[in-house]
Amino acid sequence: MSKILSPGVAAPEFTLHTTIDQTLSLSELRGNPVILAFYPADWSPVCSDEVTLYNEVLPEFRKFGANLLGISVDGVWCHAAFAQHRNLHYPLLADFEPKGAVAKQYGVYREKEGTSERALFVIDKNGIISWSYLSPVAENPGADGILEALETLGK
Amino acid sequence: MKVPITVDDHIEGDLNAPFTLVEYGDYECPFCEMVSPIIKRVQKHFGKQLTFVYRNFPQTEMHPYAEIAAEAAELAGSHGHFWEMHDLIYENQEALSLELLFELVEKLGLSRTDLKNTLENKTFEKKIRNDFNGGVRSGVNGTPTFFINDLRYNGSFEYDELISALNHTII
Repeated sequence: MSKILSPGVAAPEFTLHTTIDQTLSLSELRGNPVILAFYPADWSPVCSDEVTLYNEVLPEFRKFGANLLGISVDGVWCHAAFAQHRNLHYPLLADFEPKGAVAKQYGVYREKEGTSERALFVIDKNGIISWSYLSPVAENPGADGILEALETLGK
Repeated sequence: MKVPITVDDHIEGDLNAPFTLVEYGDYECPFCEMVSPIIKRVQKHFGKQLTFVYRNFPQTEMHPYAEIAAEAAELAGSHGHFWEMHDLIYENQEALSLELLFELVEKLGLSRTDLKNTLENKTFEKKIRNDFNGGVRSGVNGTPTFFINDLRYNGSFEYDELISALNHTII
């Protein structure tokens, strides 16, 4: 597997569906920090804890002006049902077709499982990766690392 | 754990006890409910050697009653009845509702009006949020999360395992 992109590298641009008729490009968010949270799958227990935790911590992320994006290889309908069920207030991107293409660009694709890793990136307002973290796949990485990275950006 | 235990915490036991067990909990979380009687047994086992601290970690988007239950417990706490309310909520978690919180408050001899005002004004919102944010900074990623003597405990919530983890803590 390729290696997870490190700090200092420009975050690869992407355009992915957030809903059936809407897409989002990373470059649209230039000017503000972006948190990119790759997770293996909608509905699986650990991911669910992780996405719901980030949903709760959203006000803290927003204090730094940061936009949070969840991303997995699930399709838009799956994301829609999942987001509704968990009452999520941030977009989930469908890295669905070609499957895992963005995860591969960021070095966080698991070929064997056909899903992304559980990985976090904090991208600064200029589109440069300022922090990245590869979590054990079965572990919810929490939000402390993200908040520390956002704090460092502000300095 | 990034936020040290202070007198502002809900503390059962002596601050200088050799063992401290801090729980980040959510009153609507079924796992917190499950672990609640186990903590009681752990406390009984260690007696005065153990101090137990409870901090709020309500996951409000998932649990509609988590925050108001926390407000109700904090209100009870401001009248010296925190632990009774904490225990009552967990014991009755299956029936958790707005009305239940009013009934429990009344049971403790507190006024329904006080609870009504507390919920309307979100009197304890800042304290609850501080608990939550401190938890996030310490890496709390769900409930319940425990810290033994400030170190995160990652084991199971079974009685025997908690006892053994506390026994293995180097003072």
